[in-house]
Amino acid sequence: MKKLLLLALFSSAAFAADAPVLIQNATILTITKGEIKGSILLQNGKIAQIGEKVLAPAGATVIDGAGKYVMPGIIDCHSHIMAEAINEGSVSVSSMVGIEDVLNPEDIAIYRALAGGVTTANILHGSANSIGGKTIVMKMRWGKNADEMKFEGAMPGIKFALGENPKRSNGGGGRAGATPARYPATRMGVEDVIREAFNDAKAYQATWADYNAKAAKGEVAIPPARDLKLESLVEVLEGKRLVHAHCYRQDEILMLLHVADDYGFHIQTLQHVLEGYKVAQEIAQRGTGASTFADWYAYKMEANDAIPYNAAILVRKGVLTSLNSDDAELMRHLDKEAAKAMHYGGLTPTEALSLVTINPAKQLKIDNRVGSLEVGKDADVLLYDGDPLSNFSKVLKVWIDGHEYFDRDQDVEGRPKKESEKKALITKAAAEQRANGGGRGAAPTTGAPNK
Amino acid sequence: MTEKRKGRRTRRQRKDELTRPAAIRWPGLARVFQKLSVLLVPLALTAPLALQLSADAPGTYALRDARIIRVSGPVIEHGTIVVRDGLIEAVGDNITPPADAWVLDCKGMTIYPGLIDALSTWGMTNTPAATATAATGRGGGRAQAAVAVPTVSITAPVATTPARGPEDRPSNTAWIKAADQLYPTDRNIETARNGGYTTAVAFPTTNIFSGQGSVIDLAGERSGDMVIAEAVGQHIAIASGRGGGGGGGGYPGSLMGIFAYIRQIYLDADHYKLAKSIYEKHPQGLPRPAYDRTLEGVLASPRVLLPATRAVEIERMIKFAQEIKVNAILYGGLEAWRETDLLKKTNTAVLVSLRYPEKTRDADPALDEPLLTLELRDKAPTAAGALAKAGVKFAFYSDGQSTPRDLMRAVKKAIDNGLSPDDAIRALTLTPAEIYNVSDRIGSIDKGKIANLVVADGDIFADRTKVKYVFVDGTKFEPTEDAAPAGFGRGGRGGGGLN
Repeated sequence: MKKLLLLALFSSAAFAADAPVLIQNATILTITKGEIKGSILLQNGKIAQIGEKVLAPAGATVIDGAGKYVMPGIIDCHSHIMAEAINEGSVSVSSMVGIEDVLNPEDIAIYRALAGGVTTANILHGSANSIGGKTIVMKMRWGKNADEMKFEGAMPGIKFALGENPKRSNGGGGRAGATPARYPATRMGVEDVIREAFNDAKAYQATWADYNAKAAKGEVAIPPARDLKLESLVEVLEGKRLVHAHCYRQDEILMLLHVADDYGFHIQTLQHVLEGYKVAQEIAQRGTGASTFADWYAYKMEANDAIPYNAAILVRKGVLTSLNSDDAELMRHLDKEAAKAMHYGGLTPTEALSLVTINPAKQLKIDNRVGSLEVGKDADVLLYDGDPLSNFSKVLKVWIDGHEYFDRDQDVEGRPKKESEKKALITKAAAEQRANGGGRGAAPTTGAPNK
Repeated sequence: MTEKRKGRRTRRQRKDELTRPAAIRWPGLARVFQKLSVLLVPLALTAPLALQLSADAPGTYALRDARIIRVSGPVIEHGTIVVRDGLIEAVGDNITPPADAWVLDCKGMTIYPGLIDALSTWGMTNTPAATATAATGRGGGRAQAAVAVPTVSITAPVATTPARGPEDRPSNTAWIKAADQLYPTDRNIETARNGGYTTAVAFPTTNIFSGQGSVIDLAGERSGDMVIAEAVGQHIAIASGRGGGGGGGGYPGSLMGIFAYIRQIYLDADHYKLAKSIYEKHPQGLPRPAYDRTLEGVLASPRVLLPATRAVEIERMIKFAQEIKVNAILYGGLEAWRETDLLKKTNTAVLVSLRYPEKTRDADPALDEPLLTLELRDKAPTAAGALAKAGVKFAFYSDGQSTPRDLMRAVKKAIDNGLSPDDAIRALTLTPAEIYNVSDRIGSIDKGKIANLVVADGDIFADRTKVKYVFVDGTKFEPTEDAAPAGFGRGGRGGGGLN
């Protein structure tokens, strides 16, 4: 009842009907169904038609796409934007916490990601814990509230982390001046923490099964207390929550795959996975995905034995592979990151773009809705002024669910107005401060001298 | 020159008139006078000892010919309030002062219900006024001995090892009540009272589950005398210091962790209640649920105060409150002007801070602040007006300040930004009383309610208005000259307080 009320409160009038949008004469990169020179119609939040000739319905906004490119919205499988907290670093297993509780729909990084073509992002907990917090998939519906931005129906996830971060090699570990020591301090310890956590989760499962059996027989019993930490792990065991595991080295990757085999759960994606190319076969065998960087590495010991061919090798070995950002800046040019996989490893353009569209969609199990341009899928669509894989191309417009969330021309035009709004507020505040007796510190300068 | 002397004479005359017992003017009632003098003599002797207040014992007063802002009803332009035994005996425009009452001629004055600070720490700190019995330690003054509370009980037992999870109940003193932690000698009490505040909803504020607040009157020798309602809601604090990235600092170490912790506590409280009820019915053959004082405190709280200043936080907290099924009151509220629809729809009350955000004084002058930040700062004083317009229940709170001048300036700023003076006074009196369900006792000038009154020489929000008397539980206080700078007036002495 409360949930219903909530739903009504937060989603009412969220998606008012948008006028249909017809883009004509464009190069349409469907990703899954080849390249088409023609038209695409966005209607009622979905892709309604794709073809050489599409008739414009009444009231449609028609856009001339001559010389322009259309492709599906980019999906980032690893981001931390919007989150007002990243790590619950106090404990080694923090599966009770969730990013969902601390989302900020007004984070400017959302808008900037949109400008770079990202329409969906997997918002992850940090990597301070062997088992981290709960993750959530969001659509970049800039201007909506946090609930309205959630990717409806997307499966929830959880972050795991291996190696240096959970064992606190860099800054933790109880060294002088660092944070206090916390178990684990080695890769062995990380494995132990994960195993112990799942032992606990199984015991918790059994406790409930025991109680349910007693209750079914009509025996008087006190039900077990709910434990949010173990509940999320039980969801992993039951396949209801996707595991996204931060990792670098091949030994720890194999370790985690074996732990998952032992406990009977699935690792949905390996994140970063810079040494994935060494164990691609083992990863592919288990249907586990890999979400990596194009050529970002060597920033710490465990990220040293990396090569820019990683993505291409993983793809060729049959691993479902994506490129992610893990960073608000990198997030704005994932298209160009994809292009690097053509340079390093010789992927085809479609294979390259798949790394940031349909592949991450599959990894997040949302490929029935997004990741390619197909009739019936969500109208999460990008319009480029040139080939998206070119350094010289820019995103002109972004639609999510057929609603326009970004327009480059409008943005550029609106900048002076925003700037003057800001100036006016700064001037007003300074005047008020002076009127209030001034003496309380220097009045703020109205304009930065270095601008 | 002559004007000034004339003014001074008038003041003296008026003072005589004000303090002369009614009986003197009705010599027929000599017996009453006798009775009064018996009471008054010892009082006069002990007065200097009693916290150096220019206060009289609760007596019977008739405040005559005043403009009375009742808040609960229409303004009475020329009315009388009779105060007896700490209560309002009568109020109206056709009241004859009782024979035994001290008559205060309040011509030209305005009387308001005593102001209420809707979320306060006044009375919660051991900072006696410098002029009070200086003894803060052992063996101090008499009053001190009667009320001294060992400081250690205020904070949670110091944990020797960092909390490993919610089961260790970190940062949780849900069971404590402000009423048990009061310091009647806290100098903030007098400072606030001099500005017209008679009541505070005092809260412990140090832990995530800080404990329950109490509605207290801002006068009284013993803490027990101050309390109007001892447990009116659980205060939840989200400390900004909990960054979280570290490790080993103890759970919860992040904003996410705090949410998860609070959620787990409410689940545990539900389970605790259930387990106890099952055990009560079947004590034989069932494991005994362990007593948990934190959960007892949570379960005993009739409402929960959740911090929410920005629009994002307001949305987040309303949703969270629905999820954990608590009767929530939000505090902060400075960006509430953006969320009036949601607040109205969910019928959520808001405590609006009287501390508006400011640019930090040593901020880099070249710092390029986002529009959102600038706007939050600029529009914060419009929050109250927007809430009033939308019909959202709201009250003001001091947010760590105790100087009435600062508080009144902030209220005035809200008025300048669209809040009507009527709504402003309501947000300082009846509405907070309603929010905490004590409006049957305080918050307006009505027969039978507690005699908490402010007598000012004009409109309470006007810059030069001075508070002449404050009645708390029927006890009359006159803000002393020394305390004047802390009052409403800005002009200092000789500022024409009697115009």
